[in-house]
Amino acid sequence: MSSFEVFIVASIVKIVLVILVLLTAVAYTVWLERKIVGHMQNRWGPSRVGPFGLLQPLADGAKFLLKEDLTPPHVYKPLFIAAPMIAVVCALTSISVIPFGTSIPILGHAIPMQITDINIGLLLILGVTSVGVYGVALAGWSSNSKYSLLGGLRASAQMISYEICLGLSLVGVLIVSGSFSLREIVQSQSGHFWGFLPKWNILHGGQLLGFFIYLMAAYAETNRIPFDLPEAETELVAGYHTEYSAMKFAMFFMAEYANMITVACLATLLFLGGWGGPIFGPPVLQAILPTFWFVAKVFVFLFVYIWVRGTLPRFRYDQLMAFGWKFLFPLAVANLVVTALLVALFGTSRG
Amino acid sequence: MLHLVLFLVFGAICVAGAINLLAQSHPISSALSLVVVMASLAVEYLLLGAEFVAAVQVIVYAGAVMVLFVFVIMLLNAGEEERTKGSHVALILGVPGVLAGGLLVAWVLIERSGTQTVALGALPGFPKAIGNLLFHEFLLPFEVTSILVLIAIMGAVVLASSPETKAPGKES
Repeated sequence: MSSFEVFIVASIVKIVLVILVLLTAVAYTVWLERKIVGHMQNRWGPSRVGPFGLLQPLADGAKFLLKEDLTPPHVYKPLFIAAPMIAVVCALTSISVIPFGTSIPILGHAIPMQITDINIGLLLILGVTSVGVYGVALAGWSSNSKYSLLGGLRASAQMISYEICLGLSLVGVLIVSGSFSLREIVQSQSGHFWGFLPKWNILHGGQLLGFFIYLMAAYAETNRIPFDLPEAETELVAGYHTEYSAMKFAMFFMAEYANMITVACLATLLFLGGWGGPIFGPPVLQAILPTFWFVAKVFVFLFVYIWVRGTLPRFRYDQLMAFGWKFLFPLAVANLVVTALLVALFGTSRG
Repeated sequence: MLHLVLFLVFGAICVAGAINLLAQSHPISSALSLVVVMASLAVEYLLLGAEFVAAVQVIVYAGAVMVLFVFVIMLLNAGEEERTKGSHVALILGVPGVLAGGLLVAWVLIERSGTQTVALGALPGFPKAIGNLLFHEFLLPFEVTSILVLIAIMGAVVLASSPETKAPGKES
């Protein structure tokens, strides 16, 4: 087989695998959230459908498929149907540049654990996130309902405001690593300093403040508590997805959790050292351990996501926008300036 | 060969989006057609090799500027525009006339001017190279452009401020 055919076959297999794993992860992130928030609120969470409620996502999926799919009258039909599709497509596309580990040797070919390694990987994720705002805005407008329109406009204004802080916190990482390619950013975080501390960007790269700015901007981007006013039940019925039922609502739901997972993967790659971790054991184990460390770190990040969701009250909308523009944005610019100064004085991680 | 096919396909999508922008009667459909135009332009940049410009085109144009266009259309609650009866003569003479004029201009430019067309993939735009240029040779235009944007922001703030904050003596 020529290398082109190997590339095609490997890409198709990787795409299918990643989509399956991602959709399963989305379903079980919902389960995880319901369990964790339940336990934090001193109750069980799903516990009846299967052991520990593990079959709950299957039951939810069946429910969504079988529910009546209402289209309210007087909606702008083309956009009403297209908006959840835009949201889901953008949420699933950004996973294509995320590396899950080092190369795995299969049948003599070294297959990198990434669907595609383009050297503007980070910019692609930012671009796809920017286009994903259309899903929310168009859903709110096409639903021909006051709550939906207000929720959609608020959600999209929030998303584009915090996209700026998200981008600025990433620029700090870019200055330290010197590349847009996600694989190279992770590789610049390999190794240790002071003997045992790993060279992650959050420690050695001086991006502690950047990490927290990224965290807060990510919560706002994915419309999660404490920034979830646009879809809070007590405020705007359900915001931009009020008029959606069954599979279209499930698509918005999937898009939200897929965005969460993408953001968690990005944080792991950029701040927590990606797939770096102790490698030991037989070669089979060594090939899988990087991916295991990656998944463990993503899980920790998701746990913090859900922990914050169960703990904090939500911001009012004007507090939310003031926080984003008047506090977080100057802080992100200051982080950028300080990072640039430190890099100019001490050089980047790669020398 | 594949590059040429992709170029023609995305060029056709770009032109089709632009024509659709004019032909649609609802402003939201026009705005979304413009998003299609921006996205196909980004693909054209990518085919030329300018990957950074392509990504920034999507992030800035398709993802920020057009979102604000769409916001304004939603907030103004602009409905479908009314179509008056156009002139048939204008349609029969106009469309072929514009096409003929466009082809004439294109032929003159290709035959008579001294420029060459750019080969596909001929202008690699690595972010590092662009950054070097922006901060070394083109530093002054770069900084002046940011001041230009600042002036635009100040103008927008002044225009959007409420009447009683205007200078005294100008209140009606």
